[in-house]
Amino acid sequence: MNRFTYARASELGSAITEISRDGEAKFIAGGTNLIDLIKENVIRPSHLVDINRLPLARIQEIAGGGLRLGALSTNADTAYDPKVEKRYPLLSKAILAGASPQLRNMATNGGNLMQRTRCYYFYDTATACNKREPGSGCPAIEGFNRIHAILGASQSCIATHPSDMCVALATLEALVNVTGPNGSRTIAFEDFHRLPGDTPNLDTNLDLGEIITSIDLPSKGFAEHHAYLKLRDRTSYAFALVSVAVGLEIEGNIVKETRIALGGVAPKPWRNREAENRLNGQPATNANFQAVADEIFREAKGFTYNTFKIELGRRAVVRALRQAVEMKGGSDTQFHRSSIEPI
Amino acid sequence: MNRDSNSVTTKADPRARPDTFPVNLKINGKDLQVEVAPWVTLLDLLRERLDLTGTKKGCDHGQCGACTVLVNGKRINSCMTLAVMQDGAEVTSIEGLFENDAIHPLQQAFIDCDAFQCGYCTSGQICSAIGLMREGRAKTADDIRELMSGNLCRCGAYPNILAAIEQVMQDQVAS
Repeated sequence: MNRFTYARASELGSAITEISRDGEAKFIAGGTNLIDLIKENVIRPSHLVDINRLPLARIQEIAGGGLRLGALSTNADTAYDPKVEKRYPLLSKAILAGASPQLRNMATNGGNLMQRTRCYYFYDTATACNKREPGSGCPAIEGFNRIHAILGASQSCIATHPSDMCVALATLEALVNVTGPNGSRTIAFEDFHRLPGDTPNLDTNLDLGEIITSIDLPSKGFAEHHAYLKLRDRTSYAFALVSVAVGLEIEGNIVKETRIALGGVAPKPWRNREAENRLNGQPATNANFQAVADEIFREAKGFTYNTFKIELGRRAVVRALRQAVEMKGGSDTQFHRSSIEPI
Repeated sequence: MNRDSNSVTTKADPRARPDTFPVNLKINGKDLQVEVAPWVTLLDLLRERLDLTGTKKGCDHGQCGACTVLVNGKRINSCMTLAVMQDGAEVTSIEGLFENDAIHPLQQAFIDCDAFQCGYCTSGQICSAIGLMREGRAKTADDIRELMSGNLCRCGAYPNILAAIEQVMQDQVAS
């Protein structure tokens, strides 16, 4: 690993000050992505500020019936928290669909939002990459792009966002609380991550020195009707080719509210409210689900090796909607085996 | 924070920052203090400084699980954490499982079930399985398979690894 200096932060203010005065410094929490990127020479921080001792690991109730997830709560502690399991089972399932138990014991909620793409060109410093080195080019567009984006990509970058947790947070319309040199603010989940445009080096809308302190889950958890469907090359411990987080509110057979977020297909968790709205007030039929899926992928653009994701995505949306409708009462907390059923 | 660091030059740091840090750890029941540079991973500290070479370096990228140890009772990849971050932690590696003149029941079960061939992944598998049992989330063979998916075995001893873990879990239920 490249050498760097290190400091352990004992309070939030000094951690922010330390990062703000050194453009090459990084916060480190779980380290499961950052240390890997340092070893691969993709990121070369001059200084690491260890934030693990900051008191940001609690999961607590907030006014209005929601839940506040501390930025430093681990992915495992969050997924297995009884309140999260009961009221936000979609989030538990999405977290448990990602990584391995060891990594989930280390990785934090804030870090999950901050993880970088797993595009192989981004990771390979022998190749060009606009995300790693702005202006150097994107070899993925004409190269091996099986895992890449079909929605929201740009001419400078077609990398996908790798998270499962973030797909569920998009469906739950979480709020991200951050603190920086100019005070605290709250960012709607949808506004947290950025599309690449011509600045693919910027993944998020965080300002210099800002740190995530917590993530708020609004009261609506879709515990009755939800699904997290993840399709990947093997059934465990792999990134999504396509994933779908669905939350539905249903009365009788009529869908009252629809939320659908997609992972593995775009540079950020992907939502299409126009498509979602088409289903509201309609019966929960496969024909209506298909219409929503068609609308979501209407402007999808495939590249040499990933056009299969368009049809895979449509079918995944239809199936996830069906799974969400057919939930009987609560939910199984066990693992989804659906990814091994024939598509 | 995700501004990219493209500069290859390392800036001279105006504030003198220490090159090494004292780290206090309780490793396999024994308290010790070591001075480590910040870029030393917990895995490298165990293997290269403390001669605890039972923990293996497989991929060094958090993908294979060979480096799995228990930190404060929880299984983690020791290659993906810096030793300085673990100041004050209790670490159990494969060497710490020997108690009361006896190997751990899981070690015995791995022998009984022939749960390894080359043995390189084995200490990580066993530490991971101890973590799995403590977590108490695995109820079925499928659960065990899923919750052991962070440990790869290139020899493909998976059916026997599963059998060994199931054997110990059943013994625990019976006793």
